[in-house]
Amino acid sequence: MRTETMAASDKYEAVIGLEVHAQMLTETKLFCGCSTKFGAEPNTQTCPVCTGMPGVLPVLNRKAVEFAVKTGLATRCRVSPYSRFARKNYFYPDLPKGYQISQYELPLCEGGYVEIVLDGAVKRIGITRIHMEDDAGKNIHEGAGNYSFVDLNRAGVPLMEIVSEPDIRSPREAAEYMRKLRSIVRYLGVCDGNMEQGSLRCDANVSVRPVGQKEFGVKAELKNMNSFRFVEKALEYEIKRQIQVLEEGGKIVQETRLWDSAAGVTHSMRSKEEAHDYRYFPEPDLVPLVTGQETIEAAASSLPELPDALRGRFVSGYGLPEYDADLLTSEKSVAGWYEEAVKAGGQPKAVSNWMMGELMRLLNEEGKSIEECLVRPAQLAGMLQLIDQGTISGKIAKAVFEEMYRTGRGAGDVVKEKGLVQISDEGAIEAVIDEIIAKNPAEADRLRVGEEKLMGFFVGQVMKAMKGKANPQLLNELLKKKLR
Amino acid sequence: MKLNELTIAEVRRLLDNREVRPREVLDDVYGRIDEVEDRIKAYITVTRENGYAMAADAEQAILGNRASLLTGIPVAVKDNLCTKGVLTTCASKILHNFIPPYESTATGKLKEQRYLLVGKTNLDEFAMGSSTENSRFHTTRNPWDVERVPGGSSGGSAAAVAAGECIAALGSDTGGSIRQPASLCGVVGLKPTYGRVSRYGLVAYASSLDQIGPLTKTVEDSAILLSAIAGHDPFDSTSAPVEVPDFARVLGQEIKGMRIGVPKEYFTGGMDREVADAVYAAIRKLESLGAMPVEVSLPHTGYAVATYYILATSEASSNLARYDGVKYGFRAEGKDLMEMYRNTRAQGFGAEVKRRIMLGTYALSSGYYEAYYKKGQQARTLIRQDFEKAFEQVDVIVTPTSPGAAFRIGEKATDPLQMYLSDIFTISANLAGVPAISVPCGFTAGGLPVGLQIIGKHFDEEAILKVAYAYEQSTEWHARRPSL
Repeated sequence: MRTETMAASDKYEAVIGLEVHAQMLTETKLFCGCSTKFGAEPNTQTCPVCTGMPGVLPVLNRKAVEFAVKTGLATRCRVSPYSRFARKNYFYPDLPKGYQISQYELPLCEGGYVEIVLDGAVKRIGITRIHMEDDAGKNIHEGAGNYSFVDLNRAGVPLMEIVSEPDIRSPREAAEYMRKLRSIVRYLGVCDGNMEQGSLRCDANVSVRPVGQKEFGVKAELKNMNSFRFVEKALEYEIKRQIQVLEEGGKIVQETRLWDSAAGVTHSMRSKEEAHDYRYFPEPDLVPLVTGQETIEAAASSLPELPDALRGRFVSGYGLPEYDADLLTSEKSVAGWYEEAVKAGGQPKAVSNWMMGELMRLLNEEGKSIEECLVRPAQLAGMLQLIDQGTISGKIAKAVFEEMYRTGRGAGDVVKEKGLVQISDEGAIEAVIDEIIAKNPAEADRLRVGEEKLMGFFVGQVMKAMKGKANPQLLNELLKKKLR
Repeated sequence: MKLNELTIAEVRRLLDNREVRPREVLDDVYGRIDEVEDRIKAYITVTRENGYAMAADAEQAILGNRASLLTGIPVAVKDNLCTKGVLTTCASKILHNFIPPYESTATGKLKEQRYLLVGKTNLDEFAMGSSTENSRFHTTRNPWDVERVPGGSSGGSAAAVAAGECIAALGSDTGGSIRQPASLCGVVGLKPTYGRVSRYGLVAYASSLDQIGPLTKTVEDSAILLSAIAGHDPFDSTSAPVEVPDFARVLGQEIKGMRIGVPKEYFTGGMDREVADAVYAAIRKLESLGAMPVEVSLPHTGYAVATYYILATSEASSNLARYDGVKYGFRAEGKDLMEMYRNTRAQGFGAEVKRRIMLGTYALSSGYYEAYYKKGQQARTLIRQDFEKAFEQVDVIVTPTSPGAAFRIGEKATDPLQMYLSDIFTISANLAGVPAISVPCGFTAGGLPVGLQIIGKHFDEEAILKVAYAYEQSTEWHARRPSL
């Protein structure tokens, strides 16, 4: 039952669908032989075809079809045996032909889904369609006075547009869905997933409706969100904005809104009335694309083990929680590293904890990927064994691991060289305990009469004096014996 | 007799027998151009220097016994075919300064054979028109009566052939643009099957209808030139991967027993009396050669013109979007991007081109697409099926090429609909994709040529060439030359 005090945001539910553009990792462009390499001097990777000169014609890049088919299969889509290209017409200086060659009525892939994991639960997000299209160039406004420059290196680079069903219900789900797509295309090797460089881009359709209502609300289309964080932030902002408009008795207008990451707001770019009429029609310069069963089967047989399958295997085979399994399988290289460490004798959950904790923290600090990591999986397994054997404590292990991370040396070497072996000698620990009690007689008395929280103080003091090397279990036992 | 008056086959013999040199043929061609071009205005650009350089090359090939059929033959090329390093304007202000850095596949094949490029011929702007009056540069005159139009859009090529300003020419045909001017100028014009000749480098008007083809003095030359330019091209996905026969081989074969379809819908009035008489006489002539006239029905003929003007203009509206002043060609300045676009296109395109862009834009607009473009596609299918059915009964179909002989300059210029109707008999072949040829079949009392159109099955150019050759050889029409 709803009450007066219920927050406005709880009365509404967001409905979100994403359109993700993924740049395909082909060597050459979608309709000509120009290189797709990023970062070249402006207009050095162009030819008459991708600059839209008179009389030239597009020729479809078969590799791009293969990549799109793979992506379709990996997202459980039906691959259409007969698809068509269509022209999407609009004027813009970075669009040399005056139209984009896309797919409209008959896309290559339809009707799939991906799974995301949120708060330990698995949710399916439907994929409406995946189609191919060519990218536009870039307008450059700096250093040109009253003019702008156009760089057509990107014009014609192959894109997949992956359109989701309106199954997403929160900004977090949206970001998670994006991460999952990124993970899939990277597993497949069909896209590098780099959002900053724009090889993975995202537009969102978002609306809100009162909880329980079936019909969708009026939607806004959000553009210009070039990181996972911005996808989440922009959606959060937009949902709040729409709820506020409705709460104040206003109406949502259908429009395209631009996310301004600096200001943290979205603002209106164009209304429905100003929306382009793209005048789609079948591309007469290309014959219909026939994708035979052999092509589909060849693509299917070349698919690697995908993140969802791997996640399932990590849960059932290693007994990992969904959360761990999802995180460890988001990157093929991370998953591979994990499996190697377990194979080398690391206890599965312990390996997971160390990877998601220390290893990821250290890599993130330096912005490095796991491929660049000096520690090898077997070395982590070796260190875990030292903990199990009681040679080092978990606490010391952190220091050991950091040293391993920096130097690439094994745990045994590091422990020996730095003298980090755990002290389990009762006499040695007792001697230090006595020393500390002698220095802090008042605190010792208070603990003896029941001020339990001082226990921590004494553990800390002894550890400090022993440079953290005391066997913590033993230390606890001995302290209790002496101070009770 | 001057060398410029000869056919490809005749010049070939002289060149191969070393009786004349390529340069001498060119001397006579350019001599004729000097003599009559100010009255005919067939050319936009005369490439004299280029031509002589190519002649030197051709001579070397002939002396080295490396000559092929077109080595050293002076050919005129319609100015909507891209020629590397040679101005290619489409008779439009918007491309008034465009020099392509690439060669069309069709002219490239001629270049491989070391043909001689005489110059680039006049046309209706972007091949949109039936009289060359829509050229932004000048109107070409009909060599049979310089007060009359040569037809269009390949009017420059047809007039150049008729006036002896070249040995042969290339044109393009979207709705009759080779056949109608061939008919009006008393020469042979052939539109190949859609897909027979690569469109790469042909500046697109309507991509699903455009075909490049020869304009020649004789049927034999037509076969020779078609053999040279035909064939699958990896740079044009719509070019057909079918074998190219030696078209000249079938010439001279008997037509006895061939069934000649006479479509009743084409002979219902609306055509000039003298044209009808000439065509009926031609049918009787074919009968006397042993062919059997059979009445056939093409029931959707009445929809052809309307269908054409929906589909061709729809494609044109998109094909011409690239002329935006950004990358090449004409640019009119403006205070911002939108104004630059507007000024460039307003000043750069002529009235007929703008009319067709607007018509096509309208037909593709959301809300009208179903009623116009989609309906047009359906009608096109019906028209194609008409031909498929008719060709179950007959080998070729004969019709007049044009409902009237050459009209006076200015006579139809102010009435676009009247102008559109001059293509009423030729449009269907483009919509159906079938090949068709126009051969001279008589003269009006006023001394103007009349053309007979022979239409064939898909990829059966051999049949129409065979019938056209048999007819030509049994008549004297092709031997007449205009007195200038």
